[in-house]
Amino acid sequence: MEHRVYADNAATTKLSSRALNAMMPYLTDNFGNASSIYTEGGAARKAVDQARETMAQCLHIKNPSELYFLSGGSEADNWAIKGAAELSLKKGKNHIISTKFEHHAVLHTLEYLEKHGYEVTLLDVHEDGLVRPEEFEAAIRENTGLATIMFANNEIGTIQPIQELSAIAKKHGVLFHTDAVQAVGTIPVNVEELGVDMLSLSGHKFHGPKGVGALYLRKGIRLPNLVHGGAQERGYRAGTENTAGIVGMAEALKESCEVMEERNIRLARLRDKLIDSLLTIDRSRINGDRVHRLPGNVNVCFHGVEGEALLLSLDLKGVAASSGSACTSGSLDPSHVLLAIGLPHEVAHGSVRLTFSTETTEEDVDYIISVLPPIIERLRAMSPLWERIIAQDNT
Amino acid sequence: MAYSEKVMDHFANPRNVGEMEDADGIGEVGNSKCGDIMKMYIKVKDDVITDVSFKTFGCGAAIATSSMATELVKGHTIPEALQLTNKAVMEALDGLPPVKVHCSVLAEQAIKAAVSDYYQKQGIDPKTVVGEIPEPIECHLED
Repeated sequence: MEHRVYADNAATTKLSSRALNAMMPYLTDNFGNASSIYTEGGAARKAVDQARETMAQCLHIKNPSELYFLSGGSEADNWAIKGAAELSLKKGKNHIISTKFEHHAVLHTLEYLEKHGYEVTLLDVHEDGLVRPEEFEAAIRENTGLATIMFANNEIGTIQPIQELSAIAKKHGVLFHTDAVQAVGTIPVNVEELGVDMLSLSGHKFHGPKGVGALYLRKGIRLPNLVHGGAQERGYRAGTENTAGIVGMAEALKESCEVMEERNIRLARLRDKLIDSLLTIDRSRINGDRVHRLPGNVNVCFHGVEGEALLLSLDLKGVAASSGSACTSGSLDPSHVLLAIGLPHEVAHGSVRLTFSTETTEEDVDYIISVLPPIIERLRAMSPLWERIIAQDNT
Repeated sequence: MAYSEKVMDHFANPRNVGEMEDADGIGEVGNSKCGDIMKMYIKVKDDVITDVSFKTFGCGAAIATSSMATELVKGHTIPEALQLTNKAVMEALDGLPPVKVHCSVLAEQAIKAAVSDYYQKQGIDPKTVVGEIPEPIECHLED
């Protein structure tokens, strides 16, 4: 088989073998419904409860019952935001604060709420991709009921000062949600210290299975249901428990937490090596702050090159990556994240995101370093935009 | 979204790529904001396009449609080249994903723009032969 380097771990990760092994019994013999009272059901119930405890421990959640299992990050975001918006409205608060570069699961939910009479303020994230706590505080009004600010950005990997932001929200009586889909399993997440009211996470971002996630919901916040039906998840989220998925997610999180410290030192070094190397290419730039950044995130723009052409070329060389180019999204505008940090359209079109996981090796990074510059050179050689950039430079 | 083998072939091994030093006509369409610019160069002798080349900034489909368009007009007369439609370019590539249809439109326009430039240089008003080439102001072009 040809040499493949998977460098799109912010999109999804490979299921770990430990997670798969933990799941197998619940996909085979222990297939029972966790809500049933007979033996098969009991085994499933026990597994789900154990998974909740394991995850609560990894995330420093005091009470495991504050963790609700559901279908993934998008559902968690939808439930938290729509539910908290409804709760706030009961207190006459219809203003929500978020940021310009949230995931679409948050932004599109907020657009939906705007259509239903809510007011939304999106905070600037500046050139470095970081929210300013003082700007957050200044945006809080009398009628602000909810703030939702992502923990780590999925495209540029910048890490927000969540603890500080949630403290500000608390001071003003504003509910605080964070979309931590890119953070959980990737960097230390201590829910108790963070002081957030709600936190979304997704299993497949940390080598767990797809289709399963969770919402941390602080005790005492009675969110209205998003999914109505049976009494699962203490009546807050209907639907037969995805036992195997939940068990796999918990095992993957446990594994991630065990290896995290050592892994992140290694990945941060590989990340810096790759960034430093790519920045030696003429007219390249790093997107997002270099310090407050996920250990495995590289996001670079190359002037005069279009991102999709870059991805196809990388794929032909065996490298799987992603881009904020409009052409890869099926929409006509380049990434809202790159536009939010102030990149002009033509520069934003030429971005590439490379994201690592525990499986990424130094050889993988060296391979990317060896194949990427010739691709840029080839695409620039046929680019009339590059020709123009060079001509402008010479005048 | 997946590209056909032909699109990938023309993307990986584009035909007639590069600048032409002594071109008789040069056409450029698209804009950098939208993420596509195509530039076509033609060499003309006795109304026949004897040589053609292109430079493109854009996605895989933009590069592949440019390459295919050059292949479809090379060695043909100018009137034949002006008959080239975006549909013909797409068909020759075994189709394009719906969101990429605009690339084939750009390729058709780029050929027409190069022919226009050729006529202009000959002192002939291109509008009478080529017609108006719509300037794509918005990124979204109609199929």
